[in-house]
Amino acid sequence: MTVAQIATDSATFWDMASKNRVPAVEGWFTMDDTNPALIGSRCVDSGNYFFPKELEHSRVPGFGDSKLEEVQLSRTGTLWSWTDAAYAPPPPFVAQDPHVPFAIACVELAEEQMVIMGQVATGFSVEDLSMGMEMELTLETLYEDDDNEYIVWKWKPVGAGATGGEAS
Amino acid sequence: MSVETIADDAVAVAGVGMHQWGKWGRNFVEYGVVAIERALADAGVDWSEVQFVAGGGTVRNGYPGYVAGATFAQAMGWTGIPISTSYAACASGVQAIQSARAQILAGFCDVAVVVGADTTPKGFLKPNEGGSGTDPDWLRFHLMGATNPTYFGMYARRRMELFGATEEDFAQVKVKNSAVGATNPNARYQKAFSLDEVMASPMVANPLRLLEICATSDGAAAMVLVSAERAAKMGLKSPVRITGVSTVTPSYPNAVIEMPNFSTDSAAGVAEPGPTFRDSIAAAAYAEAGVGPEDLDLAEVYDLSSALELDWYENIGLCPEGDAEKLLRDGETSLGGRCPVNPSGGLGAFGEAVPAQAIAQVCELTWQLRGQAGARQVEDAKVGLTINQGLFGHGSSVICQR
Repeated sequence: MTVAQIATDSATFWDMASKNRVPAVEGWFTMDDTNPALIGSRCVDSGNYFFPKELEHSRVPGFGDSKLEEVQLSRTGTLWSWTDAAYAPPPPFVAQDPHVPFAIACVELAEEQMVIMGQVATGFSVEDLSMGMEMELTLETLYEDDDNEYIVWKWKPVGAGATGGEAS
Repeated sequence: MSVETIADDAVAVAGVGMHQWGKWGRNFVEYGVVAIERALADAGVDWSEVQFVAGGGTVRNGYPGYVAGATFAQAMGWTGIPISTSYAACASGVQAIQSARAQILAGFCDVAVVVGADTTPKGFLKPNEGGSGTDPDWLRFHLMGATNPTYFGMYARRRMELFGATEEDFAQVKVKNSAVGATNPNARYQKAFSLDEVMASPMVANPLRLLEICATSDGAAAMVLVSAERAAKMGLKSPVRITGVSTVTPSYPNAVIEMPNFSTDSAAGVAEPGPTFRDSIAAAAYAEAGVGPEDLDLAEVYDLSSALELDWYENIGLCPEGDAEKLLRDGETSLGGRCPVNPSGGLGAFGEAVPAQAIAQVCELTWQLRGQAGARQVEDAKVGLTINQGLFGHGSSVICQR
């Protein structure tokens, strides 16, 4: 762990002490700091998955009567493609001022046979990514206000340390 | 027989017109009225003869945009005729075309106006307010900062990794299209860009650069569609015919990530996906028209990004998957090549005026098939195809023949 990361982590610690950590969207992921997972659902009869979850009606044609159950999706997958946001996205994205470019990834989950998008963890740029690399789910603060830190899922290269470009 | 009649199951494009694309900042209704007046003049039809108006809607201009058919009927002067309004994001225009065409083929009318117009804000298209927590379009911006170019960047990177596309290939699409767009009086950007200029423009959504991502524009396009019988009465000689229209939606499971989704459909418990959604769009139009990619003399494809144009080459069957870069490099899709693509200049030269765009594509086919396209004319064009896709699963393709 780099000095910069320790500094960032301790800053996060002090913020945590004073602010509530709340999900930026309710019910889409577990608020588990060590092993977070996206929350999807499964069409029991077809065995197919949904994210975001569907709990009222299966979207699989012919399985409209199937029971649907909430499930945690695989925490890791392989990189399907990636890009970045060099310019600040418009609202309702809450951009930092000045904007800090971030990478976005599509990750393919083997068990679920689906691709799920998410921002790439802070500190990783497109230069750090390569086709098929293993990615795991992580949680980070998306934005904050006076009372709360709003948490979102991100994808992080497995076993990789941030190679420079640490948001400083 | 001096006047060649057309089959009863075809509708004829009697007239087309546009208001130039740009960033004029005026009411979208003004642009649409100009386009309608030009299409009527081109057809030699008076507004009083029009029996149906099909409008492509816009969600960025308040209530008049949601009811575009009525808005334009009122702006032209109420005559009591029925109208329709279609909204299907970027595919709104084709749904308006199909609405008018269905009215004609059902025998409810024989002269219809189709129109789409928009006034767009500067910068990234952003979601409408109001849906917030339940609107995936709002949520993808809020939770991921995923703009439309985010998705274009994903597709472009995938082409590089799977098929060996290069950033120069993507830039070359822009160079190709800007060369013809520079001669199109209706285009917003009438400038031919060099490879160096494109490559020097700033990265927006890696690997795509500013000059490779379509802008948002103001603009309008309109057409007058008539029945075969009416075309004969008007004495139209070999009019451009619409012989196929595709408005397909995806089949489950849709295995390609698409705006505004967070994920693809899972394929864990269902049959492997068949043809991709984009492949299915043109296939439906070909099937109806009874032609194939080998018959095409030109195509207008939805180049939201320069790289996306290459995807469309494969989706419309100009080449097998992975060969689009070769087609581009060999000049087969340039003016003078085997099948010129985007001889209008495409979205790169126009920018996107959402409800007008699919109609504008058909206007270009019409001018090309009539031999009226001037410096950007495709020689001896007889068969043309448009293709486009609107977010939330709207396919759009039109085949015109002459």
